[in-house]
Amino acid sequence: MGVPDMDELSFTDSQLHYYVKDALKSAIQGDCDFYNQLVAVMHRKERLSAADVALLVTCLKALTGAVSCIDISHHKSLLAAILRMSLWDYGTDVMDALTDALESLASSNGEHVNLCLEMLVSNFVPPSAYFEKHRGPSKKSEVLDRVHSTLIDIANVVPLSPMILEKLVRDKMPHVYVKEQPIVMYVESMLRLESGAMGELVGSMALIVLMDKLIELDVEIAWKDILEDDFQKDVFDFELEDLAGPADNFNQENKDYTREASMQRFCTGNHAEKLDSLMVLTFEHLQCCYETGRLVQVFEILLQSFRITVLTAYKSKFAQFVMFYACSLDPENCGKLFADALADIFVNGVHPEWRMSAVAYLASYLARAKFLPIPLIATMLERVVDWCSKYCKNRGSDINPKAHKVFYAGCQATMYVLCFRMKQMLALPRLKSQLKLMQIDDILGHPLKPLQVCLPSIVDEFLRQVKENRVCFLPERLADQDFLESEHSTVFGGIEKQGMFFPFDPILLANCDRYIRPNYVYWSMVRSSYDEEGTSDEDVADAYDREDGMSIPDEEESDADEFIPGFEKMSITPRDSSHRFGGRMPSKIRPSMSPESL
Amino acid sequence: MAGLEECEANLVVYLHPSKANCPSDAILSELSSLLFTYNETFGGVVLAYDPSIRSNLAKIVPGTFPCFGVQLKAKLLLFNPKPDMVLEGEVVKLTPNSIHAVVLGFSSAVIADDDIRDEFKHKVKGGEEVYVSRTHRKHKIKVGAILRFTVKSFDEEILHISGSLLAPHTGGARWLDKNTDEWSRVDSTATKRDTDKLLINVDTSMKNGEQIEKPKKRRREQS
Repeated sequence: MGVPDMDELSFTDSQLHYYVKDALKSAIQGDCDFYNQLVAVMHRKERLSAADVALLVTCLKALTGAVSCIDISHHKSLLAAILRMSLWDYGTDVMDALTDALESLASSNGEHVNLCLEMLVSNFVPPSAYFEKHRGPSKKSEVLDRVHSTLIDIANVVPLSPMILEKLVRDKMPHVYVKEQPIVMYVESMLRLESGAMGELVGSMALIVLMDKLIELDVEIAWKDILEDDFQKDVFDFELEDLAGPADNFNQENKDYTREASMQRFCTGNHAEKLDSLMVLTFEHLQCCYETGRLVQVFEILLQSFRITVLTAYKSKFAQFVMFYACSLDPENCGKLFADALADIFVNGVHPEWRMSAVAYLASYLARAKFLPIPLIATMLERVVDWCSKYCKNRGSDINPKAHKVFYAGCQATMYVLCFRMKQMLALPRLKSQLKLMQIDDILGHPLKPLQVCLPSIVDEFLRQVKENRVCFLPERLADQDFLESEHSTVFGGIEKQGMFFPFDPILLANCDRYIRPNYVYWSMVRSSYDEEGTSDEDVADAYDREDGMSIPDEEESDADEFIPGFEKMSITPRDSSHRFGGRMPSKIRPSMSPESL
Repeated sequence: MAGLEECEANLVVYLHPSKANCPSDAILSELSSLLFTYNETFGGVVLAYDPSIRSNLAKIVPGTFPCFGVQLKAKLLLFNPKPDMVLEGEVVKLTPNSIHAVVLGFSSAVIADDDIRDEFKHKVKGGEEVYVSRTHRKHKIKVGAILRFTVKSFDEEILHISGSLLAPHTGGARWLDKNTDEWSRVDSTATKRDTDKLLINVDTSMKNGEQIEKPKKRRREQS
């Protein structure tokens, strides 16, 4: 029987099926003519005519039927040719034929499973030429729909394939230095696996790998890109929001300190953009999980990952907002879970740095999460205060920032939370008495002198608020006490400045900000509740309710004439230099000008 | 079903000191790392284990970090299909050239068209693919049915079985059970259906994350 010419196309499907089988068997014997022609067909990629496409499809279909004859060692070139094909390069006919062939190949022989799965996973991301050609979104869904359905079909026939898939997906995750689009597309597919039929099997791996990648990108962004330290004595920065008010001297020198400018300054960096896109993708995914009722299970995996990677990472910048967003979707379950977990680590943990990190997270979270009910915040605060109280009860020793750093961290956390929430707590009589019973002034007045060790700006603001609210059961500031940076507070937290970590400070990633904003407490909201005279309880609540963080009340509000002068409607917190020090709470702490600053 | 064996093994599990306060959890997780992988020492795929810890005392082994070794006896359920064994699995996919089934929920079995006897013809009825016997019209193989087949080979890496439907006692399990007289005349060799119960005394030691040592194994006798 002569070897038919592939280009003739004059035989039926079943004839071709027979010829292909024959070719494969002959190739094992050494007769490779027809076999080589088959391989050549598989290599055709560019500018395929309709006839070429038909030939390719027919050959693939014939191979699909003949997979039992494919031998991994004798048919290396054929397998290599098929596995090198990328679905992105072809039309839907070839895609269908190719995925059928892959499924058949994977089901026929255990040796092929790994190769087929690997090929499908590589198809999560198109070849680099694809991005330059600007193809439409329909191509993407054509390819990815087929890839994912083939993975599921293979899993139905080879039940252990998800085990291999899990490992493959984890190993083939792109490196952080890869361009943004490929990483985003890969993560999209990973999340699709998580929410798909195989979610129970590969989902937790997908989430953990994602969190790891977020932290990897986060770590690549240098702190120095966010904070500038040519700022003199003023340790604090202002809440960086868009400013529309008149520029004062202060402003003019430091035009860069608007939030937009800050966002712009480092968002042009590659890693920040990638992180931004990936986090938005994660937020959207969490939203879907919430809508399908899976958020709590997903959250538990995220929390596990948080404990291991984010908490222990050195001052993670933005990755933690994934937890924040998840909590905002479901405050009763996830919101509470997160706070409890952080409090547990602080109270019961073993490693001092991680305990300090946990309480910093807790403080920042309780202060900034608009969706948390005030009673819960009070309860969490009580846990922290209880621990501090027990710690210092039988200790008479003197001030020592290094030895008692966990205690000082706890005190600072308490004060920080109260700076944001004091007014709200005092407004409710039950919480006011709960606060009284915590006996915070005993702790703060202890010989360990936490007020001298904790960050001066926080101590300052705390005492100022105590005075303003006329709270008798919290420590008073003596007239001549002025909390400037003492050597103790610089030492606090060690070289790494653990004492200056406010993880949920306003996020500087532009796209993420849109998701976080409605659930976030801005300092301006807190300030506005003080700046308006005769504020009632409702006004306090109102101030916090403003979605956009602007401190301007509506036109309908009666005390609309308490505006600070120079302020325009619908613009935001004005820059008022008289309030520069002590009048404002730092929303973003920057290191002071000292050799050890970052 | 053939291919399933029960064995009893004497094991020593070495645990890291950090697991000292919850050794039973650590032991269970160590044993579960054996599941669904082919183990040469035991001679099969471990499907289930039932440990019984003999004593509360454990030997501390000196090393870079001191591990402590817990001795235990475990009953293991092993799966080790050998050629010519008869197995049963659920059909998951039918194509004109192959039949795919899943054995015990985890092992993929495939029967290629060369191994399907000519008696069976592939048809598409009402959109559904089915293999029908030419001689007995009621003998059908459909998706979801239980298939009985003989083992040709077993891939220990991916736990993939290659099977055959050439023998007359293979095919749709339900029909075969109901119509034993139709095919048993043709087939003279009896099929083994009983589980082989063996007692193997295997002295093995398993270390955390280390290779399993080659044990001293007594020769197994087939019943």
